[in-house]
Amino acid sequence: MQQLLNGLFIGSIYALFAIGFTLVFGILDRLNLAHPAVFAASAFVGIELVERAGLSIWLAIPLVLVFGGIVGLVVERVAFRPLKGRPDAHFAGLISSIALAGMVIALLQWRYGPDTRRFPAGSFPDTRLQIAGAQVTVVQVVILVVSIGLMVGLTLLVTRSRLGRGMRAIAENPNAARVLGVDVDRVTATTFAISSALGAVAGVLFAMNVNSAQLGMGTAIELKGLAVIIVGGMGSLPGALVGGLVLGLAEVFAVQYIGSSWRDLIAFGLLFAILLLRPQGLFGARKVRQV
Amino acid sequence: MRTKLTTCAVAAATALALTACGSDEGGEAEGDGSNAQTGEGTGEDCVIEGDVAVGAALSLTGAAASYGESQQRGLELAAAHLAESDGVTYDLTIEDDQTDPRQGITVFEQFVNADVSVIIGPTLSNGAFQAQPIAQEAGVPVLAISNTAGGITEQGDYIFRDSLTEQQVIPQTIAQATETYGLERVIVMYSNDDAFTESGYEVFAASLEEEGIEVIETLTFAKADTDFRTLLTEARDAEPDAIVVSALIEAAIPLVTQARELGIDVPIIGGNGFNNPQLMADAGDAAEGVVVGAAWNSSSDNPENTAFLEAYEAEFDAPPDQFAAQAYTGLMLIDQAVRANCSADHDAIQEALGGLQDVPTVLGELSINEDRDAEHTAVVQVVEDGAFAVLE
Repeated sequence: MQQLLNGLFIGSIYALFAIGFTLVFGILDRLNLAHPAVFAASAFVGIELVERAGLSIWLAIPLVLVFGGIVGLVVERVAFRPLKGRPDAHFAGLISSIALAGMVIALLQWRYGPDTRRFPAGSFPDTRLQIAGAQVTVVQVVILVVSIGLMVGLTLLVTRSRLGRGMRAIAENPNAARVLGVDVDRVTATTFAISSALGAVAGVLFAMNVNSAQLGMGTAIELKGLAVIIVGGMGSLPGALVGGLVLGLAEVFAVQYIGSSWRDLIAFGLLFAILLLRPQGLFGARKVRQV
Repeated sequence: MRTKLTTCAVAAATALALTACGSDEGGEAEGDGSNAQTGEGTGEDCVIEGDVAVGAALSLTGAAASYGESQQRGLELAAAHLAESDGVTYDLTIEDDQTDPRQGITVFEQFVNADVSVIIGPTLSNGAFQAQPIAQEAGVPVLAISNTAGGITEQGDYIFRDSLTEQQVIPQTIAQATETYGLERVIVMYSNDDAFTESGYEVFAASLEEEGIEVIETLTFAKADTDFRTLLTEARDAEPDAIVVSALIEAAIPLVTQARELGIDVPIIGGNGFNNPQLMADAGDAAEGVVVGAAWNSSSDNPENTAFLEAYEAEFDAPPDQFAAQAYTGLMLIDQAVRANCSADHDAIQEALGGLQDVPTVLGELSINEDRDAEHTAVVQVVEDGAFAVLE
């Protein structure tokens, strides 16, 4: 039971991170590799807000969400928009977002130094809950609730709202969407903002979960995020959710039943096996490449 | 390239003249930091013209940055102290190896090419195994100030260290903990992707066997991991008498915090990586009951130590850790060795370092044994009320 919950907590963070990743990919067909840097930056910003401004961590989460959104706008403006007219815009955007990620990490190092940073002692309520014999902290419950809440909210936004319709129209065909009166630039920018906001919240939640933020934390989760969105089906939101949870649980149960040294091998092997069985991913639609 | 420069340096040394070596480095041609320096007198009266060049490769960024920072402070403090005494002056250059063995190699090559008299570092044993052979090959003495893995000094006769090995400290730690807590069954955890923690684990395993303690299970993780709940849940369910951990401080802090969160209240016995005041600062109450063996007894009242504590606090407004103490001692030992033969020549320093006996240092009376390792007494500590206390 404890292990199941451990898997759910870490899996929900993977999912939240991957959903931001896959949103941009699914709608705009762009891979934003500045996403892991936003993840790391927001963890540091979250800690700064609690430490310097003395805010409670509960208030820090929505502020980090806003911070992430703003960074998302910057990423789109700097790394993607200037290149969108190029014939190799996919690849160029990929590279320029890596460059931007490097700059963000360099800025973080300049501002915060190389050390691991932590929330000041006493920022978390140390109440422990007993759930079916498992020890759970309030923070972990909050992580799960916030992650699931944001993912549900995003799904509603994409399926129900006017903005969501715009996003889906662009995903289908950007030119047609423009002809039909969708403000493509605005929707694109908003998509980046939402994506980064989710990545940012994932970052601060991750930092809360393990009470530490490191410069390399984005790189560590980047590969997992990519694995999750590929397994879930590129661009599929429910796929990223399920993929994240599957990866979290796979890691936990690999440790429990096979051995801690085999964790990554088992977890990634499992993902690989899924891909062999369903090359399009769990929730991906089989696409015929247009020539 | 390296061979050519060394030959050139030797030529310059024999000729004792400013010969043009056709080298673009220019270092030894100008005579600053050259290993050709030999002065007059011995010991405290030794006078050497020009600065004795000392290079230090420390991990100032990356996973081991917190150790590197302490070491940097220790070295700078030592350099400041040495600058107060007459006769020999040091030109200390500290370079960052970014906790990356490849970068460590580059830094060592730089130092060898610049013809420093002696090299300090690198911070982690991992990097040491890659970088130190470069100095050995070039015949430049190296003093390791924090490597605790086995086999460091076996790399060659120019490699020395002032840090006690895990082999020296861990058996004492396990023996003392067994006596105090009556350990019978333990869980062992270590990060298996790092030379330092892996070698620490091997000594733990051997010491546990020696004491006849049953190891219920051995759990491994990666040194960059921060979420240990899964492993700790495994550990908790096995109901051990203690958890024995070989990890770096970056992993130790979340590991200890999460263990207490999960309701594990048995002692956690750590390797050298746990020996850092940051543990108490960042893990808070969770750090209580952590047992760690150490080379440096911070509460020792020998005069060198009290002076060091005072000076460090005054300079940096924070208490020093063992890494700072060993770094400080390192430069002091180098000073002893340089003054012993009154020479900044590589071979003279090598010979003198090997001959150091009963030197009073911050770490206690220190001797270099025939394996070029330091020997002095260790101390077993336990965290009580947010500070290290001697475990009895």
